[in-house]
Order: sequence, then structure tokens, then C-alpha cells
Amino acid sequence: MSAKVEYVLRFGDNSLILGQRLAEWLGHAPVLEEDIASANISLDLIGQARLWLTLAGRIEGKGRDEDRLAYHREQQDFRNFTLLELPNGDYAYTVVRRFLFDAWHCLALDALSGSHDTDIAAIAAKSRKEAEYHRLHSGDWLVRLGDGTGESHARTQAALELQWRYTAEFFDSDAVDAEMAESGAGFAAASLRDEWLEEVTTVLAEATLKVPAAAKFVSHGKRGRHSEHLSRLLAEMQVLQRTHPGAKW
Amino acid sequence: MYTQSMDTDPETRNPVAKVSAVGRPEEQRFQATVDAEGKIEPRDWMPEAYRKTLLRQISQHAHSEIIGMFPEGNWISRAPSLKRKAILIAKVQDEAGHGLYLYSAAETLGQSRDEMMAALHSGRAKYSSIFNYPTLTWADVGMIGWLVDGAAIMNQIPLCRCSYGPYARAMIRVCKEESFHQRQGFDIMLSLSKGTADQKAMAQESLDRWWWPVLAMFGPPDADSVHSGQSAQWKIKRVSNDELRQKFIDATVPQAELLGLRIPDEKLKWNTQTGHYDFGPIDWDDFWRVVNGEGPCNKERLAARVKAYEEGQWVRDAAMAYAVKRKARQHKEAA
Amino acid sequence: MSEDEKQGGTGGRRPLVQEWPLWEVFIRSKQGLDHKHCGSLHATDAKQAIQMARDVYTRRNEGVSIWVVPSNAITASDPGEREAFVDPMADKIFRHPTFYELPDEVKHM
Repeated sequence: MSAKVEYVLRFGDNSLILGQRLAEWLGHAPVLEEDIASANISLDLIGQARLWLTLAGRIEGKGRDEDRLAYHREQQDFRNFTLLELPNGDYAYTVVRRFLFDAWHCLALDALSGSHDTDIAAIAAKSRKEAEYHRLHSGDWLVRLGDGTGESHARTQAALELQWRYTAEFFDSDAVDAEMAESGAGFAAASLRDEWLEEVTTVLAEATLKVPAAAKFVSHGKRGRHSEHLSRLLAEMQVLQRTHPGAKW
Repeated sequence: MYTQSMDTDPETRNPVAKVSAVGRPEEQRFQATVDAEGKIEPRDWMPEAYRKTLLRQISQHAHSEIIGMFPEGNWISRAPSLKRKAILIAKVQDEAGHGLYLYSAAETLGQSRDEMMAALHSGRAKYSSIFNYPTLTWADVGMIGWLVDGAAIMNQIPLCRCSYGPYARAMIRVCKEESFHQRQGFDIMLSLSKGTADQKAMAQESLDRWWWPVLAMFGPPDADSVHSGQSAQWKIKRVSNDELRQKFIDATVPQAELLGLRIPDEKLKWNTQTGHYDFGPIDWDDFWRVVNGEGPCNKERLAARVKAYEEGQWVRDAAMAYAVKRKARQHKEAA
Repeated sequence: MSEDEKQGGTGGRRPLVQEWPLWEVFIRSKQGLDHKHCGSLHATDAKQAIQMARDVYTRRNEGVSIWVVPSNAITASDPGEREAFVDPMADKIFRHPTFYELPDEVKHM
């Protein structure tokens, strides 16, 4: 698989898996207004996934469309960050996960908007507007929960401690990143770290939350080495396509 | 999504307070406004029984939208294509929105959303019985769109002309947004009917389960519906249960034929004299069983709603606490 | 029927726990038109109300501009032909029980 296909899949899978997780809240959110907001964000993410996966299939040139890629790959073929596949947990967990990712996503899409590859640049530019709103939404909730009640503060800090260790992956560079950065179609993964950390630190301070210590652990979902949770998520997501091969829906 | 004829609450099947026969001037004025197709607005004088009837109906309608998110939401994670997934999320989201519009309309009658939800959670308030049936296959998602929303639309369009302004306005918004719901359901059924043998069987099996509960959704026969007379006089309910049911059957039978599906009713037959379909007897015992809490999913649905509400309490509290703190800080800075 | 229910909308009942305040939402559907009332929602403050209004009331690109107003900040005129009761001019537009601010010590009313 070419570096470009793999790279595009990473973006598609990030949006798909997070969109799938977020949609689980629909009907179960803390307040009706949030059911609606979460659904909007989930819809944006799935829309992005469709664009990225379609592009990946086209570059690959083997006739795989968005659904072939979403429903007929095994867990080791998925390229999303490990953070995004972890089960939802409580609302604090969901908000923290989203904020950590949304802050990265905005920076990444900014960088990609200047990609030499016009297809990549176009999808990035479209997704960027959506990601901006997602970041506003999750950042706002992070502050409300962090600086809310004693209970919400404790839950949010705990969620942060649990998930912080998965953020190293955002900035961990491999051969795919290097090749894409080199060609001008992508960006150097590590280059976003400082800005991300600064932005996240500012919001965490406003939320009266402590920045957790850096961990030695690095997850490798984007290279296809996932947690135990992804295959279960996929088993559920792919069930109909797998049970009825060749059927159209 | 939907309101069933809501004359199903034993307590309210007998009107709480009759409008006293053409009494005080404000009563006369009220009825004259309604008779002239005028609208009643929140601060206008209204009979207490009118207010209570509306509050019951609108809040039950809102609850139906909220509970109605579960059976379809059950399939979001398993939707068989990304396009179907997106459509289904948008549809279930609309239901949340419709619930919200309706709670807002009901709130103008003097009950808070939390109070209405408390009534739902305690089992005091009812919601459409149809959502107490399970969604066992993907075809059920199509069936809810095609039949349940189809039935709902028949029920809801007349409500856009309801005499109570906030309800009528909410319904106009709901109906406008719902125009895609039934179509997406039919579109799912169309794909299945053109699909593999397994998919066709899935569609038929689903219709076999849903047909009768959907017919019952229109509510008890007019002859047994104590409350309808009063609601009609107030222009809250404008078309009778039986009329709507017949209209629905007449519209749906040809669609089923188009899909190559067999409607599970031996007595179903076109009647050239009446210009309508004749149909078999509805199992009202099953309907009342489900309405009274003994359907397949009543307990699950309610438990899921209560769980979401209770687990959301600390979130709602936190947001409120934050807003209060922030306001206090701003005051301090200003001082 | 309980006393509470008889009181209905005119009573100052409060939910058991503090419910989020109610906001009225006004949308300008396109440049050149007035903002028009389109509904209400619950939010803890103005910033959140604006965000939620965007998600709730403009899912289909219905608007270019949103106003939110705390429902209890609206002063309404008196409906013309009121005889039995003459409400004061400062009466509030909607009869929401959440208008009534109670001291925190009062948990149930």
C-alpha cells in the first residue's frame, strides 16, 4: 500500500471511529440539547470519513469504495489513533477525548490545507471548518466540567489521566509520515506538538485541570496495532456487510 | 416522529373538567376564537380542561419522540453502509429535536421539562405504544420509517392546524423536517426488496411483525374513544382515529405491492362500493397490554431513559455550577 | 389530582433539582430579514445557549444569525381583552414555573 493511501486512511479512520463512538451517545446524552449537538458532530465526522475513504480507494485504484474500506477491513488494517477506539466511558471521558483530538485535528487539517495534493487539500479545507466547531464545543464543555462541581472536576481529571498517555501517538512519526512530509503532501507529525501542547495547556488551566505527566507508553493505532476494543467495535459495525456478502443496502 | 391518538390514559379518558355549557364571557370568547379557526396563545384565557388535555397530549407526543430514538438508535452502530449510517443519525437526531420543540410548546402551558420527564420516568406519563416493540433486524429500521412515520405523518398534518398556537407551530416545524423520514424508510425497503433472497425474507418477516401494531397506533376505534368529542370541539384533534387508520391502509397497500410484500391480513380486500380496503380485526387486547406496560420493551425503554437522565445529573449540575460561578466572577470584576 | 397539579402553570413550582434556565431563540434566516422567534431551549448561560441554538435550530441551514434571550427577561404586552384579571404590564410572556427564583435552602416547592 502506498504511503499516500495509508496516510489518507489514517484521516478517514480517525473520523470514522470517533464518529462511530460519538453516535453511541445519541439518545443517552445528559441533556436533550447535547443529544442533538453530539449527533451533529458525529455526522460531520462520518461525512469526513466518507470523503477520505473514497479518496483512499481512488488513489489505491483497486476498486474499493468507502463501504468496502469501512466494512471489509480487519482491525489491523485500520489506521486510526488508538485513543479514538476506546469505549466512551462517562461524559467527562468523552469530552476529554474529543478535546484532545479536536485540538490536534484543527492543527492537522490546517497543515493539510496547504498540501501539494489538491484532493487532500480540498477535503482538509472542508473538514477544517467543522473541526473548528468541534473544538469550540469540546473545549467549552471541558471548562464547564473541569471548573464545575467537585464531582465533575474529579471525573474530568481522572479521564484526562487515563487518556493523556494516548496522545503521544499524535506526534509519533513513522516512514509514512516522513514520506508524506517530504513530498509536501503531508506534514511532519512532530511539528504540531508544541502548538498543540500550548493550546491544550491553556484550556486545561482555564478548566482548573492539571496537565498529566508525560508517559513512556506510545500507542500505535495509526500503524495498525490497536487496543482490544477496536475489533469489538468493528464486529458490531460490520455485522450486516459480513453476514450478507455482496448484498446492497 | 409521532403521536398516537392519546386517549389511552385511563385517568384522562374521562374528561377531568367539562367545559361548562356556554358560561362566562371569556369561555364564549375562547370557543368563538376556536370555532373561527383562530389560535389560542399561552397568555390567553383557556379552560383548565383544555390546558390539561393539551399538556397531556403535547408532553406524550414529546415523550414518544424521545423514547422513539431507542428502537432506531439500536441500529446506528450497525447500519450497513456509511450513507445509511449518516441518514439514520440525522433521523434520530431529528427526533431529539422534535422532542425538544414539543417540550418547549408544552412548557408554555406551565410545566417544566424536568417535571414532564419526571412523569415519564415514574411511568405516570404515556408515550406511543409502538416503541415498545423491538427492532430485531435492519428491515425494522426501514419499517419504522415507512410505516410508523407514515402513520405519524397522517396524524401530524392535521395537528399543524391545532387551535393552540405553540403546538401548531411546533408541528409545522416537525412536519417540514419529517418529510424525509418516511421516504428514507421506504428507500430501505426498496433496497431490500430488490436484494438477495435473505434480504427479501428479512423485509417480509419485519412487515409480519409490524403491520398490526402500526394499525393499532392510530388508537382505539372511534366508538370507544371517549375523549375525542371534546378534543374535536377544541380543535386539538381534528380527524378521527378510524378515518386516519383507513386512510393509512388505503395509501399503504399499493406501496406494499410495489415492494412485493404480502400484508399479513387474510381479510384485506378492496371494496369497490366504499372505495376503501376492508381489513381484519385488530387485536386490541395486545394494544392495551402494551399501553399498560406489558409490551416486549416497555421496561427496557424506560430504564434506558432513566439511566441516561440519572447519569447525566452530575453533568447538568456541573454546567449549572460553572455558570453560577462565572456570573459571580463577572460581578466581582465589575464591582 | 394533587394540589400542585391544580395550581398548574400559575404556581411557582420548582423541579426537584435545579433545571437549566430557559432561553428564547430568534433566527435571522437570511441577510435583510428580521430575526424571528423560532423556539426555546435550556442552557446554563448565553454562550452555551448560542451554541445549542445553532445545533438545535439550524440543522438545515436555516439561519445566518442567532439571538438568544433568557425567557424571564422578556416583558410582554397584555393580551387585549382581559377582563377578569388585569395582569400588571410587567407580567412575563410565558408561564414557566422556572421563572421563580427560590433561595437554595428551599428544595421543594
